[in-house]
Amino acid sequence: MAGTGKAHLRPEDEVLIRVEDLVVEFPSGRGRTVKAVSGISFDIAKGETLGLVGESGCGKSTTGRALIQLPSPTSGSVRHGLVELTELSDEAMRRRRTDIQMIFQDPISSLNPRRAVGDIVAEPLRVWGPKDAAGQKELVDRMLDAVGIDPDLARDKRPHEFSGGQCQRISIARSLVVDPELIICDEPVSALDVSVQAQILNLLEDLKADYGLTLVFIAHDLAVVKNVSDRVAVMYLGKLCEVAGPDELYANAAHPYTSLLLGSIPEPDPSAALDEDLADDGELPSPIHPPSGCRFRTRCPHASDRCSAEEPQMREVRPGHHVACHHPLVAVAG
Amino acid sequence: MSDRTLLTVTDLRTTFSIAAGDVQAVRGVSFTLDRGRTLGIVGESGCGKTVLARSIMRLNLGSNVTTTGTAEFAGRDLLSLPMADMHEMWGMELAMVFQDPMTSLNPLVRVGRQVTEHLRHHLGVGRAEAARTAVDLLNEVRIPEPEARLRAYPHELSGGMRQRVCIAIALACEPSLLFADEPTTALDVTVQHQILNLLSREQRDRDMAMVLVTHDLGVVAGRTDDTLVMYAGMVVEQAPTGALFDDIRHPYSEALLRSLPRTSLASHTRLAAITGRPPDLIDPPSGCAFSPRCPYVQQRCREEVPPLAAVDDPEHMFACWTPVGSPEGRDAFTRNLADGLPSTVAVDLAIHASSNGGEAV
Repeated sequence: MAGTGKAHLRPEDEVLIRVEDLVVEFPSGRGRTVKAVSGISFDIAKGETLGLVGESGCGKSTTGRALIQLPSPTSGSVRHGLVELTELSDEAMRRRRTDIQMIFQDPISSLNPRRAVGDIVAEPLRVWGPKDAAGQKELVDRMLDAVGIDPDLARDKRPHEFSGGQCQRISIARSLVVDPELIICDEPVSALDVSVQAQILNLLEDLKADYGLTLVFIAHDLAVVKNVSDRVAVMYLGKLCEVAGPDELYANAAHPYTSLLLGSIPEPDPSAALDEDLADDGELPSPIHPPSGCRFRTRCPHASDRCSAEEPQMREVRPGHHVACHHPLVAVAG
Repeated sequence: MSDRTLLTVTDLRTTFSIAAGDVQAVRGVSFTLDRGRTLGIVGESGCGKTVLARSIMRLNLGSNVTTTGTAEFAGRDLLSLPMADMHEMWGMELAMVFQDPMTSLNPLVRVGRQVTEHLRHHLGVGRAEAARTAVDLLNEVRIPEPEARLRAYPHELSGGMRQRVCIAIALACEPSLLFADEPTTALDVTVQHQILNLLSREQRDRDMAMVLVTHDLGVVAGRTDDTLVMYAGMVVEQAPTGALFDDIRHPYSEALLRSLPRTSLASHTRLAAITGRPPDLIDPPSGCAFSPRCPYVQQRCREEVPPLAAVDDPEHMFACWTPVGSPEGRDAFTRNLADGLPSTVAVDLAIHASSNGGEAV
């Protein structure tokens, strides 16, 4: 949105995670607050990949981290099945973290450089897994194998002996070893070359099918997000703009911000017309003093008085396609 | 050589000597660039594209670096110029915009002084006039409130704004050649679009030549006249950009393009990843460097290095024994498909065959 609303949420029995009115704020000194995430609601169905896209600073990583209460949101609810995660004690939450794992952007710095790969992947098992060494080793080997790393060659090596793509495979193995339901992937391929990026994306698709995983895929690259997602949520300055299936979203973008993002993708096709007039020299406004009403209005070519006065609510414009905009780019159905 | 020719690079080789051996980062690259034209250099990390650009700029310093070959720029060989003369060329004739706008500005110096440094040093422009020029430059790269920004320190600006400042610095003395080394890799997609538009506009308006180094074929596609595809320190395909995308001939260029997720493809389309890794440049493979990863590989590819040559179109050169779309390529692929590919080439053949549209199979 750059607005609020819950019209896009699905019935509770169909979803694995349901987030309502999530607010995350950070103190920023001199009594000011950074409003990183300002009241967003979304849900994730079991076995689904939810793509979260937006520019740097739009709050997509903060949203991902709030799901595992790192840190706990300022307000709002995160329900995992029947359990309200925001109300759990630290210890109860710690026990739940095996169900929700995370993969980070920079594969090299997310592995401890002084430890052997076998130990890195076994670490979660030391806390949660089978207590016998043989059982742990077998699981570690199985997971390394599943992500395409030869366990016999890799076990005793350290992260610096591997390339970025291989390190990302190792961190995926580490997250898989505790048999999670949900993996939050925070820009997992942005630090990788295109050729390696394709390998990791294919791997995530395979693992999702093999292990029945649910994924939250956070990225700023819309082509990557389209490739892996079942549902895409577009964020702008702490708010949701648009939620739809990927093919629908890319064919019929309804929010002017989505359309701006799509128009900015460099297509590997010289005959595709370059939109040099794409009327945007704007930048993300400060999350300390976000604009009133629709937060995108300062950059929006369609902004009207209504946009500054009234925050748009999520509404369905086509089946399964929700947008929070007063002036959507597609005709509103019904 | 026409009188429009600005830069002629001939057999450029750059080697870094390290404890493990000599890393041959650039292994014999030649190209020419005319005034006012743009050249894209594409390839994966470690293919030598940045080292090539930095070698021409003479930025690879250190006693362990050896660069041979020539880079003739407006009649002078940059590689044999005394360093003092090179200093006079930097900013005036040749300028560079780097990948990371966060670290390429001096954090302790106000933006204004960094923008005017070249003007004052090279052109001897007075302080007041330099400041006026700086305002014009910041206006030109579309930085709002330029007078106020001149007083700002780099940390007060966003990444996109910093890259605009870097571009303003590079343009200050009106160079005739600009190197842009992954200028947008660290930026958001919307900001990337803004910065690329800015570079294209400045390049056209100033009739400046530009070398755009990137790993993203999408960036090269709409914005360059010619493209070099590099692999393992060598040029594997070189053509006018339109011709390259219309008629890809080198299996590496094809693989690079196929591995890219595109918004025109349906969601969950399986990507044709390139398996394996680029070769070790201390001991590069004999024959074609791409042969260990190539689905078209034949025995000859492993033994003889294919020359970079044109076949039909004199402007479209590629270095391959079994080029994509040729009868040799088709035979090679069919044979590999039947025999089972070498174990290093774990190409997803189903994807490869289907995306070849039945052409190669």
